[in-house]
Amino acid sequence: MYGWTGKIIRVNLTEEKITVEDLNMEDAKLYLGGRGLASKILCDEIDPNIDPLSPENKLIFMTGPLTGTYASCAGRFNVVAKAPLTGTIGAANSGGYFGPELKFAGYDGIIFEGKADKPVYLHICDDLIELKSAEHLWGKDVFETTDLLLEENERDARVACIGPAGEKQVLFATVMNDKDRAAGRSGMGAVMGSKNLKAVVVKGTKSIKVFSRDKFKDAVMDARSKLDQNGVTGPGGGLPTYGTEVLVNILNEVHGLPTRNWQDSYFEHADLISGEYMTENCLVRNKACFACSIGCGRIVRIPDGKYKGIVAGAEYEAGWSYGACCGVKDLNAINKANHVCNLLGLDPITMGATIACAMELYEKGYLSKEDLGGRELRFGDAESIVEWTELTGNREGFGDIMALGSYRMAEKYGHPELSMSVKKQEMPAYDGRVLQGMGLSYATSNRGGCHVRGYLTSPEILGIPQKVDPHSTEGKAALLKTFQDLTAVVDSSDICLFTTFAIGLPEISEMLRTVTGLEYSDEEILQIGERIWNLEKLFNLKAGFTRKDDTLPERLLKEPVKTGPGKGLVTKLDVMLDEYYEVRGWDKEGIPTEEKLKELGLEGFSFAKA
Amino acid sequence: MAKGIFITPEKCTGCRLCELTCTFNKFDDFNPEDASIRILYLDEQGLQVPMTCIQCDEPDCVDACPVEALTKDEETGVVKLNQDLCIECEACVEACPYGSITYSTRHNRIIKCDQCDGEPQCVKICPGGALEFKELDGELKDKREKVASQYSTTFKKVYREVAK
Repeated sequence: MYGWTGKIIRVNLTEEKITVEDLNMEDAKLYLGGRGLASKILCDEIDPNIDPLSPENKLIFMTGPLTGTYASCAGRFNVVAKAPLTGTIGAANSGGYFGPELKFAGYDGIIFEGKADKPVYLHICDDLIELKSAEHLWGKDVFETTDLLLEENERDARVACIGPAGEKQVLFATVMNDKDRAAGRSGMGAVMGSKNLKAVVVKGTKSIKVFSRDKFKDAVMDARSKLDQNGVTGPGGGLPTYGTEVLVNILNEVHGLPTRNWQDSYFEHADLISGEYMTENCLVRNKACFACSIGCGRIVRIPDGKYKGIVAGAEYEAGWSYGACCGVKDLNAINKANHVCNLLGLDPITMGATIACAMELYEKGYLSKEDLGGRELRFGDAESIVEWTELTGNREGFGDIMALGSYRMAEKYGHPELSMSVKKQEMPAYDGRVLQGMGLSYATSNRGGCHVRGYLTSPEILGIPQKVDPHSTEGKAALLKTFQDLTAVVDSSDICLFTTFAIGLPEISEMLRTVTGLEYSDEEILQIGERIWNLEKLFNLKAGFTRKDDTLPERLLKEPVKTGPGKGLVTKLDVMLDEYYEVRGWDKEGIPTEEKLKELGLEGFSFAKA
Repeated sequence: MAKGIFITPEKCTGCRLCELTCTFNKFDDFNPEDASIRILYLDEQGLQVPMTCIQCDEPDCVDACPVEALTKDEETGVVKLNQDLCIECEACVEACPYGSITYSTRHNRIIKCDQCDGEPQCVKICPGGALEFKELDGELKDKREKVASQYSTTFKKVYREVAK
């Protein structure tokens, strides 16, 4: 077997039964791996109407055919389940070194089903697969859990685990790996916690084989040289030099940086939370995930206080959610809050945006000091972002309400319109009014508000692969379809999305062909992405989502941008959505036509029944 | 002056491309266990250290080898392993003070850096400039030795001790 290892572990936690199954090669050919293959398995095996936190949900870890090789940034894996935050299909991917290690142990993925009686963890060392008690780890944070697990297993093993937030089923809890890398969005950590599964420890000593040594090498080196020559990914480029935080000033300049819970789109202190500022004032050095030549990760110094030390720095999204979105200009506090997210296992996008929403609720008088346990909560308060992150991860006081995310919180206090979320998941750091295409991307993402399902910021702002007018709706639907389909391929291969600043379908396809030996055309590979997108959509339709859910918060549709070149704009969603459904081959209600499903081999697809 | 692989840990991003290209170049597949270079992660210091053979001037492994399969090539500076003579006794693995030599159970052979006959692939692929292939004078050699000895205890504990 080339690329894939050909084996999948199935763990029934209820019965404590572990089996190793052969990878279904038909599915592997049609869905590759990672997000696509795991989604196919989930759709085959669960009813989309189940409660995501019930034992009926399944939690699937999946790598792709490129994971573990030296293909560009090929260190990723996906975690897939029905998502508790949104009720949609959920998929979150992560870098670090865990995914490749699973393949070195000889497995493409792991399917967890049922629920353990008591806290357990899964230990894998090549052919040895065992469930062990995790009672001594329950309640411990991600870093302590990881250290203890390496102590009691192999020191060079890799650990994916949940923190207290996952145990307590905070709806946006993450699955963390290698301490500070996160399968971040849609609450995969809460699903893991609901199964009483604390961690997966893996050590592998097997080899990953490729179909054509020389052709694979050529394909990888071709991609590498393009990454090296690119102004975003290459040496001296934006990502290696400033990390993902490089985007702060860029988005602020076009007044597309949502500020104070999206009331403004320009943050007057953006320079203090920018990548340039971080590099100058806190950076220790860059850190790369497995097989990555970019190295956008930041190791930063927290100078003093309870969290003093050297930790992973906030990425752009966390820098924004805790920074501009909360009106906070203190980068040390932002790095601290981000570190608390890593310790407790929380998604910093939803966490920061939920605090920002609470700030607006408080300032408008919809939340009282009493509700907040006697505290005030105002935009710009740096201490509060760290405090409320701790309280939410541990579900203490009002943190127990924040643990439900901004939508449920705002709804409880009578103002759901102040939650800046789509399908109950918070939108990230690009104003969808100024970037019309990103607005459409948020509305149509299969996992709710999200930037990494169709990153139109790339053409709209960065001019990659070519510059398009961010304020215009023209052509955005077709462009978004291509981005969404290609991203599904990237997430299923399983390489980092950041490679696509420099390489595209031809390069990724050549790496996939030469690693697996399968004779795909580029078009067939892009169609795999379209198949995955449509399957995810079918899941969501079955789970009860309709056209009215493919929308945006009222603020984006009705409140015009106040300043900057996009002043006066709202997201012109209706126009774009009709066009989008049409280019997707879906009807007016956003339901894939029989013809489209037939084209993708999805006709008559039937989900499992509870 | 002989050329050698010079390591600057402060420039290492920990991407492991060196490990990967090493095994792919030698064995046509990917397996860091079979690489003769490994990255040591020191999270609390925020530091990553590539660890590989420093081609000692007075190599303990050569002294330990009972069949003279290991020899120091004075011209290239490389401590070379002759596979045909090797009896896989692993005396060199034990003798290396830096943990830089291993035995592969997949290939039934000793794994030791040979600097790819003068074109080290790890150096070629390294994106951060942490690995350089250059002529090493006394000072640079001392620096290289210092890095290897400073981290060898931790390195052996993480990678070379058999798990409980």
